[in-house]
Parts: sequence; C-alpha cells; structure tokens
Amino acid sequence: MALAKRIIPCLDVEKGRVVKGVNFVDIRDAGDPVEVARKYNEQGADEITFLDITASHESRDTTYETVERMASEVFIPLTVGGGIRTVDDIRKLLNAGADKVAINTAAVFNPDFVREAADRFGSQCIVVSIDAKRVSGEGEPPRWEIFTHGGRKPTGLDAIEWALKMTDMGAGELLLTSMDRDGTKSGFDLALTRAISDAVAVPVIASGGVGELQHLADGIILGGADAVLAASIFHFGQFSIPEAKAFMKAQGIEVRD
Amino acid sequence: MKTLAIIDYGMGNLHSVSKAVELVAPDTRVLVTSDPAQIREADRVILPGVGAIRDCMAEILRLGVDDLVREVSADRPLLGICVGMQALMSRSEENGWVDCINLFPSEVRFFGNHLKEGDVRLKVPHMGWNEVYQTTDHPVWHNIPDGDRFYFVHSYYAEAEGNPDIAGRTHYGIDIAAAVARDNIFAVQFHPEKSHRAGLQLLKNFVQWTGA
Repeated sequence: MALAKRIIPCLDVEKGRVVKGVNFVDIRDAGDPVEVARKYNEQGADEITFLDITASHESRDTTYETVERMASEVFIPLTVGGGIRTVDDIRKLLNAGADKVAINTAAVFNPDFVREAADRFGSQCIVVSIDAKRVSGEGEPPRWEIFTHGGRKPTGLDAIEWALKMTDMGAGELLLTSMDRDGTKSGFDLALTRAISDAVAVPVIASGGVGELQHLADGIILGGADAVLAASIFHFGQFSIPEAKAFMKAQGIEVRD
Repeated sequence: MKTLAIIDYGMGNLHSVSKAVELVAPDTRVLVTSDPAQIREADRVILPGVGAIRDCMAEILRLGVDDLVREVSADRPLLGICVGMQALMSRSEENGWVDCINLFPSEVRFFGNHLKEGDVRLKVPHMGWNEVYQTTDHPVWHNIPDGDRFYFVHSYYAEAEGNPDIAGRTHYGIDIAAAVARDNIFAVQFHPEKSHRAGLQLLKNFVQWTGA
C-alpha cells in the first residue's frame, strides 16, 4: 500500500472557455471550465490542470475569476499554467485558489525566477513545465532539447540537464511534455519520461500523446512517471476516469479508487 | 449562529479552506481573519499554512498567533492543517531548525533526498493521495473509512514512531504522523480541503466536534 499514481485531466482554456472541445453527455455547457472540472472531480480525477493558452494580459482577469469559481466548487488540487512571468502573477493565482502554478517559458528566459518563486511560495506549489523534443538522429544515443513557443523554438538546452537545474532551483514537480508526441495519440515518449524521472528527485507528470488507456499505464510502468496527464481521451468521453483507473489497477498500478 | 475562524497570517491561499467549510457547514459563519478579537470569539478555529516554516513562524510570532492558539485551544476545537500542523510541533528541521509553537513534543524532519521503499526510490515532496490509518477513535474520523486516501504535499513530516499524540498514520518510506490529536486540538499533515469526499467529511466532523 503506497502513494497512488495520479491521473490528471488537463483543460486548455482560452478567454475563460475550454477549447479543443469537451463532449460529455450530461453536462450543460461543455465550454465552461468550472463545469468540466466539476465533472472530473465527481469522476474521481486526482487533480485538475488548467492551462491558460491565451495568457494575454487582457485575459488574465478572466483566468483569476475562473480559477476562483473552480476552487469554490472543486475540492481536489488545481494547477494553473500559462503566461506566468512574475511573482505577482503567482500570488494572484494562489490567492484565487490555485494550489500549484506551472511555469514554462519564463523559466527558460530567467531560471532565477523559479528560485524566487520557490523561496517565496514554497517548492510544493511550483511546477516547471518542460517541453522537450528529440534532437538525436536514428541510431544515436537519445538526446532531447527544450523548446519554447509550442515546440517551434529550440533553446539549445539539454532536457535532462535542464530538469536537474529546475529542481535545484526549487521546482517541486515537473510537467514533462513530449513535443514530438503531443497531439499524436501514439503514447508518451517513454524513453524521455524514464530519463527525466530517473534523473530528478521530484515527482514527474508525463504529458503528450495519450490516445488509449495502455499509454497511461505505460507512462507509469515503463516511463516511471508519478502522474499522467491527458486531455482528449477524457474530454470526448472516449474513456472515463474510473475506466482509466480500473485499467491501471488491473496492471498492478496503485490508484485512488 | 456558530462561527469558525480561519487564522490568516499571510501565508497562502485560504480561499479553498473557507469554501470547503462553507460547503459542509452552511449554518456556520466562516471568517478568514487575523483579528485576535474575532478569533477569540469564534467557536472553533483552523490554523492553516503553506510554504516554508521559517516564514510561517516569523508571521505567527509577529502577529502573536502562537499565544492566541495556546489560549483558544484551551477551551474550543482547533484544527491544524499541513504547515499549520507542523507549526504546533516543538521545532522543525526546515530552514536549519526553527522553533515552533510547541503544543506537541514532536520534531518535524526532512524526508531526505534518498528516501526508499525497498529498492524503489521515492520522490520528495511526498505529493498525492496516500492512505491514512486511524490510530485512535476520534470524532473527527467519524464516517471516514480506515485507510481512506487524503491529498498530501510536503517534504517535512512528524514521525509516527513513539509519537504519543498520533491519531493517524501514513507510510511513505517510513511511518509518518498523518494526524495528531490531544485535548481540543486535531491536526493533519494532509489537506482535507483538497481531499474530495474524505476531506470534506473530516471538515464536517470538525465543525460538529465540540472538543474534549
């Protein structure tokens, strides 16, 4: 008996609405992130991740308001990411009811920001998002690099070295997305997940590429992840959270019933 | 109307705690406050806390929350949550040993960077849903199945072994105190406000508990 591996549905939110669509039969407004989060909460999701994909200055107030409504109705942990650049952004999100914040691009441009944030708010609420892409060729030892701008801009940073640096700076958790697999439904990059998970002392959330339940189990068993994040397989009612948990449990993975 | 004061000493988000209590106890007035008068008037009190112990204790001492907690817990129920539980212990290894309120004799220790279960390395922070085994029959555990999971997120812990006040035990590499209780105080390492059904039941029980 041990700590359960976590299943985290992810909501991509633009101007206060879930985008990419969510298709639950018994939900009134599939675009309202609070309704969607409530649905996942009822199903037994272990956490909710909310990514503000516009993250423009104008949409921030909508985000704070949405996070506040969500935290008033959904009593499981909530991570909010997207466009976080300052300590003040973090303070506002935590005050609105986020339990953790995910820092991505700002960490690449200013790694000290992660240290500042962890010192100020504690490592337990600082998640660093790592978007990595394989840069080694066929037959070469695998190597991954950090990319920004949705996987378009290389940074020259080695993914494993970067992960270690971020945990040294005080990241309490890493949200690892394979830019090669994101949106492909072909499963996590398991070699990447395993390499990062073995390298760091903090929990790792695997993300990017889930298309079926076996992918979730593989992320834990083969990738060594502590949590698995997925969006579309849950949003379109292809699988429910209880189905995912039953599947993982049948493969010997400890889950929360 | 009964009132419940959540002590606001400037450390982190108290929104979730107050919303969760409001949900399970609609006929209780919930105040998030640092005002000693309001805290003294409340029927029950919650001491929350997130972040690092050094900063938490600095604010607790600056605002006189330590004396206030000693005073109110003498005659009414008090619930400590996460760092709010750790602050009730004697001292914490975090930030190079910090003296705490010392209502419980335990010390708070670091899990370390080499925590293991058999051959498997365990990640720190201890983050996620773990099983809590009740070691005492306490009204705050009412209607919560033994071994139910609660949400934890912490890197420091109070030891279970030899702990005279232990009320709930969780295993993560070693046995830790998931909950301690004595007289009017019940304190938990996990976050009931983030622990879905089990956590909401615990908060409901706390609001109904009249104390020792």
